[in-house]
Amino acid sequence: MNLYAVAFYLLAAVILGATLMAVTRRHLVHAVLYLIVSFFGSALLFYLFGAPLLAALEVIIYAGAVMILFLFIVMMLRVGADQGPLFPPRQILPAIAMAAVYLAVASLLAVRDTGTGGVLQTALADPRAFGDYLFRNAWLAVEIVSLLLLVALVGALVLGGRTPAADTPEGPGAPREVRP
Amino acid sequence: MIVPFGHVLLLAGLLFVLGMVCVVARRNLIMILLGVEIMLNAAAIALVGASLRWQAMEGQVLVLFILAVAAAEVSVGLALIVNAHRRSGRLDPNAFHRLG
Repeated sequence: MNLYAVAFYLLAAVILGATLMAVTRRHLVHAVLYLIVSFFGSALLFYLFGAPLLAALEVIIYAGAVMILFLFIVMMLRVGADQGPLFPPRQILPAIAMAAVYLAVASLLAVRDTGTGGVLQTALADPRAFGDYLFRNAWLAVEIVSLLLLVALVGALVLGGRTPAADTPEGPGAPREVRP
Repeated sequence: MIVPFGHVLLLAGLLFVLGMVCVVARRNLIMILLGVEIMLNAAAIALVGASLRWQAMEGQVLVLFILAVAAAEVSVGLALIVNAHRRSGRLDPNAFHRLG
């Protein structure tokens, strides 16, 4: 077992452990912080797999922007700890059933040879080569994604903006004062 | 020589199951959205591993688009949660049974 393999198994343990802790936390702030650790582990894993640009983007977008947005919303809504059972039986039973199906398939895959095996060789996708490939072969998808982000921005504005009907607790039919 | 490709798939699959359990079993809208993020991240790990396995760039390009889709999904989803919380004051998914 060489240094790369040791790094992979260490990172896998960190990612799985942090995600497990995140899923089972009662306080949302703790869950988000554990998930940030998990995403940092994923970024290092991308770096190990020879994708330095994606590693940087994972830290910037996932751990930086998305998780901080979650933290922001959790603090804005003043969410307390979850009350009651963490995993109610009515909901954990289907989850356990689906996880068992996955584990059965994964154990089958582990013992059978599916033809996709093989040991990973180290390689490096140079950021310049990656960007070159992206804008040569996938430029249409880049444009579509930019359109998607614009639509998401408009959707977030529409949903998050203060609607007059939601301001009054009585609903849209009740008289309400005029705001300047 | 890093590790067999199957181990990467196993890690991604376990991460995906953790995210799925989070989506199905937790009773909090924000935790459900976090579970979706975990599942997207698991898919990204599998794709980067596959990109290294076949020495092709397509997997990494797809991961870039996964990042963009995740950002869009989170912005709309959190706006939806804020909207729902403003209307009812709760974050329990069982408390919502009608739109509008």
